[in-house]
Amino acid sequence: MDKMPKWADIVLIPLISLFLAAFFSALVILAIGENPIAALKLMVDGALMRSAGWGYTLYYATNFIFTGLAVSVAFHARLFNIGGEGQAMLGGLGVALACLYIDWPHWSLAILGASVGAACFGALWALIPAYLQAKRGSHIVITTIMFNFIAAAILNYVLVELLRPVGAMDPASAKFPEAVHLPTFQDMFSTEGSKLFRGAPANVTFFLALLACLVVWVLIWKTRLGYEIRAFGESETAAKYAGISPVRITVIAMLISGALAGMMSVNTTMGESERLILNSTEGAGFIGIAVALMGRNHPFGVLLAAILFGFLYQGGAELALWTSIPRELIVVIQALVILFTGALDNMVREPLEKLFIAMRRRNA
Amino acid sequence: MDFLTLLQVLDTSVRLATPLLLACLAGLYSERSGVVDIGLEGKMLAAAFFSAAVAFYSGNAWVGLLAGVGASVALAVVHGLASITFRGNQLISGVAINFLAAGMTVLVAQSWFRQGGRTPPLEGDARFNPIELPFAIGPTDAAAADRPLSQLIAEAGPLQQFYSELISGHSSLVYLALLTVPFTWWLLFRTRFGLRLRAVGENPAAVDTAGVSVVWLRYAAVLLCGVLCGVAGAYLSSALQAGFVKDMTAGRGFIALAALIFAKWRPVYALWACLLFGLFQALELRPDIIENVIGLKVQVQLLGALPYILTVVILAGFVGKAIPPKASAEPYIKER
Repeated sequence: MDKMPKWADIVLIPLISLFLAAFFSALVILAIGENPIAALKLMVDGALMRSAGWGYTLYYATNFIFTGLAVSVAFHARLFNIGGEGQAMLGGLGVALACLYIDWPHWSLAILGASVGAACFGALWALIPAYLQAKRGSHIVITTIMFNFIAAAILNYVLVELLRPVGAMDPASAKFPEAVHLPTFQDMFSTEGSKLFRGAPANVTFFLALLACLVVWVLIWKTRLGYEIRAFGESETAAKYAGISPVRITVIAMLISGALAGMMSVNTTMGESERLILNSTEGAGFIGIAVALMGRNHPFGVLLAAILFGFLYQGGAELALWTSIPRELIVVIQALVILFTGALDNMVREPLEKLFIAMRRRNA
Repeated sequence: MDFLTLLQVLDTSVRLATPLLLACLAGLYSERSGVVDIGLEGKMLAAAFFSAAVAFYSGNAWVGLLAGVGASVALAVVHGLASITFRGNQLISGVAINFLAAGMTVLVAQSWFRQGGRTPPLEGDARFNPIELPFAIGPTDAAAADRPLSQLIAEAGPLQQFYSELISGHSSLVYLALLTVPFTWWLLFRTRFGLRLRAVGENPAAVDTAGVSVVWLRYAAVLLCGVLCGVAGAYLSSALQAGFVKDMTAGRGFIALAALIFAKWRPVYALWACLLFGLFQALELRPDIIENVIGLKVQVQLLGALPYILTVVILAGFVGKAIPPKASAEPYIKER
């Protein structure tokens, strides 16, 4: 029999962990001499009370949906893909090559092409660690960390030596052609009378991210492959006994994970900067870890957690603009969320389980 | 390339290898006891900030060092709580610690100094200054002769050059780091504590059966790791550089992790691995030297990525095989 009802596991524990993270974040804000309530109000005002704020929140959320899904697909196969950052960086290279060297007649075709490019490059960057884990037993966490640094070196080299236009100083590719400009929320939702989402970078890629959530949900819970991935994640020996090849599942799960992480770059590189720059990922690959942990590896949970982190990101930018609290506050909150929902999960879970068992005894 | 240039490059390598070595040995204690630590980077960063900040206020580098070690040990306790007491995922805990340090250092630096996430520059005794060994040519000789130091060394014989340029003139923490290598070897391979510590990383159940506390041993290892990371961080901000800047560890914690795998979790090998990776970092600063020696232009990006590439090759088992302690990353659950 389960120790806890299902709702407690899915809703109550993440909420308690989130509350703990928020509580400690408030303490941190107090410690540096600012008012946490005023800070929260400023964040809500800046991120949620104006349509432009939502435009930024959903732009960041789009990144985190992709990276969060990437981490969670790997988690289902009990693989910890910490290399989302590197996979997204190379995904950006795929986007840039697709946008720069192919003459697209319309953005709708270009976004498909760029997505394929991003997914292929991201998946390729996950393939090597996956192969090494499956065939040679090298720990995937260490190899994906190493591959993050190698990806950064490659991107630096490509931008400085190969893609940088002649005469340009900053390490970035040429501007993408006008034809691949993706419609932003401002283009899509503004009417004659009222301008909505003014200047915000949220764009059509957000809907691609929603589609990705749906596809991952179908894949993990409604297909044979998804069943095999979950079975492998639950018990490798049982999966082997059932005729599931560990090598195949490891490689496929990591390919999907890398492809999802890579697709994040469609949003940043094609949707926002419209050229490939260094550090366009801005740590979103790592935020995927927090998002997947908080979203309990379910696409719907990932969506909610990604929007929460999008809010934190936009709110944090507002704080940095209007107060003396630097943007790094978000990094602290992110760390606390990872700590409480991931590493200290048992600290919340064990007392709660005892509580539920005690309550059941009393009722019986 | 002449002899003196070679010595200069090696001298820089030693300076750059020191934080790697300290962090690598820190990771060695932790991982030998079965607690994987990818939070070396975060602990170093926290120590780098708090040692520089306290050294600035107190004007004493050693007081700063203590504060840095304190900050690093505090994070080590968090890692211990997550991975030993609450048997959580050690990798996730390490990730959280890295972010916690990256965010907190800037937040506190901004609140204390208001200089955009850095400390004011450290001067005088707030830094670990170079030690001049006996009979070496150093700044005092240069001052006495009223000539530049580089000129004096250039005129000396090769042995004196070797001694003055490479062996002498480092800060005390460099020598301390080098002494930590034989000490670690002795502690791990020649004492009862070391035997137990290694055993708990291979087969904790056996250690438990023998009546030794698994929890205590692992905490001891994690705390030792915290202390050494603290020294590494203090070295970065108050010996290698003069003050803390945002994200100043710049991936060194991960290079140390790579060196640990490269060294197959052994202290003396760790020294060689860190010196090698230190040499790569030194050459990254002087790409002209490689070009002169091998006549080929080597991309600096390649040099920067070389430690990571080599580690992947070693991990893949194509050259030698790196086998981690058997109970790595597995929380120990006592049977009742």
